[in-house]
Amino acid sequence: MLVAGVFLTPSAKAQNLFIAQTSEIQFFSATPIEDIQASNKRVSSLLNTSSGEIVVKMNMKDFHFPNNLMEEHFNENYMESEKYPNATFKGKIQEAVDYGKDGTYAVSTKGVLTMHGVAKERILKGTLKISGNQILLSCNFDVPLADHKIDVPKIVIAKIAEVIAVKSQFSFVPYQKTAQK
Amino acid sequence: MAPSLQLFAPNYPLSMTSLRTIYIPKVARLLFVILLTCHSWVTYAQEDLMDMLESTEKKETTYTKYTFKSTRIINGHSIETVAKKHLDFRISHRFGRVNSGAYNLWGLDQASMKLFFDYGLTDRLMAGVGRATTGKTYDGYAKYKLLRQSSGVRTMPVTVVVVGGTSVNTMKPIDETQPTLFVDRLTYFGQLLIARKFNERLSVQISPTVLHRNLTNTPYETNLVAAMGVGGRFKISKRTSLNAEYFYVLPNQIDPKFKNTLSVGVDIETGGHVFQLHFTNSLGMVERQFLTETTGAWGNGDIHYGFNMSRTFSFDKKAQKLTK
Repeated sequence: MLVAGVFLTPSAKAQNLFIAQTSEIQFFSATPIEDIQASNKRVSSLLNTSSGEIVVKMNMKDFHFPNNLMEEHFNENYMESEKYPNATFKGKIQEAVDYGKDGTYAVSTKGVLTMHGVAKERILKGTLKISGNQILLSCNFDVPLADHKIDVPKIVIAKIAEVIAVKSQFSFVPYQKTAQK
Repeated sequence: MAPSLQLFAPNYPLSMTSLRTIYIPKVARLLFVILLTCHSWVTYAQEDLMDMLESTEKKETTYTKYTFKSTRIINGHSIETVAKKHLDFRISHRFGRVNSGAYNLWGLDQASMKLFFDYGLTDRLMAGVGRATTGKTYDGYAKYKLLRQSSGVRTMPVTVVVVGGTSVNTMKPIDETQPTLFVDRLTYFGQLLIARKFNERLSVQISPTVLHRNLTNTPYETNLVAAMGVGGRFKISKRTSLNAEYFYVLPNQIDPKFKNTLSVGVDIETGGHVFQLHFTNSLGMVERQFLTETTGAWGNGDIHYGFNMSRTFSFDKKAQKLTK
């Protein structure tokens, strides 16, 4: 009995875990000269509804641009994707949310955003929409390039915004460890 | 009795026999099992959510990108192709010889030019056309990535690219009464480009090349010429790299007055352009010209200053919409 109980605990715990089935992070750099935008649809994320913990991880090379040259510059010159291949967010939802009840909740997440090898503490505001077994999370925020030591040379300074607007969306479903593999 | 014992009781290895004789009390065994399970439970509870997320990641193949900044190392092709639905418009110049002195402003008074239009049909297939001043030459070529350097699930140490092209010299004959046949003006070439990006800074390429001239420059030359190209780049900053390229023509194929082409230069990338500035002993920018018709010798100072300028345009409407 004791042994059986020990084995059952992890699976009961796993029911509070949700995984992002679909996700998208877009960013926008708007200047009078040039608008730049890119999208990454391969962002992975896990949400623990009992603790409110959330983790997000993405591969910088999965950001795609309408212009291939922009994509090359993004990886080679700004994000240095060989050196810093990922961006991550590790945070905790501050509000108490009743995940068993359908509805829309305004939430704020406090955590650490790591990008270009620089970790920055952030409070990101977003919306949680719960409908049955599905949780939709959307969150818009700004990233000042200087926060993450992303250098923009003077020659292109007029073309790249100093603050990048980021839009993110996740659709979470219950996480089943065996089904994922 | 003795023979049957040998038959039915094979000699157990010593370790096995000794294991069987060690006595573990039942309580101790149970305790051991509980300890083991509890231990794994404790580690599970403390498992970081980020580690769990990483464990869900599927293993992938990562293809090496940006081996070179441009589709040309200097004169010759690099393994890079133009991205799908992108047009690379290139303008290249080679000036006169730097040893022609101050009167010619060290060669800058004379300029030879080539225009290129290279288009990405897919992310692995590129086709292009060009027109060069030297010999009033038109050329067309296609380049396909056979293998891509990768790591992860599928590991490939090098990128292998095949290039093929043809060029036609459209110069009017010196003697109008003796026109050159159109077929005699044609040259074909084929190349296998094998490159490896060793690290973020260093990329090296070898380019075995064959070239067929329907009509040679002198009667003593072979129509088919084999050459080996070696090139590479070394990044000195995020936006600049040093490039070098050498083509070795195998002996007894071309007139000894023609030299092997050596070029050295830098790639500078600004916002939307790649500038390649270099010194080379070849005036020509078409394969036939820089492989078999280079008359300048580095040792004599017969060096041409030159540049390639590349500007890429995207015609990928779908991708432009995608991010809106």
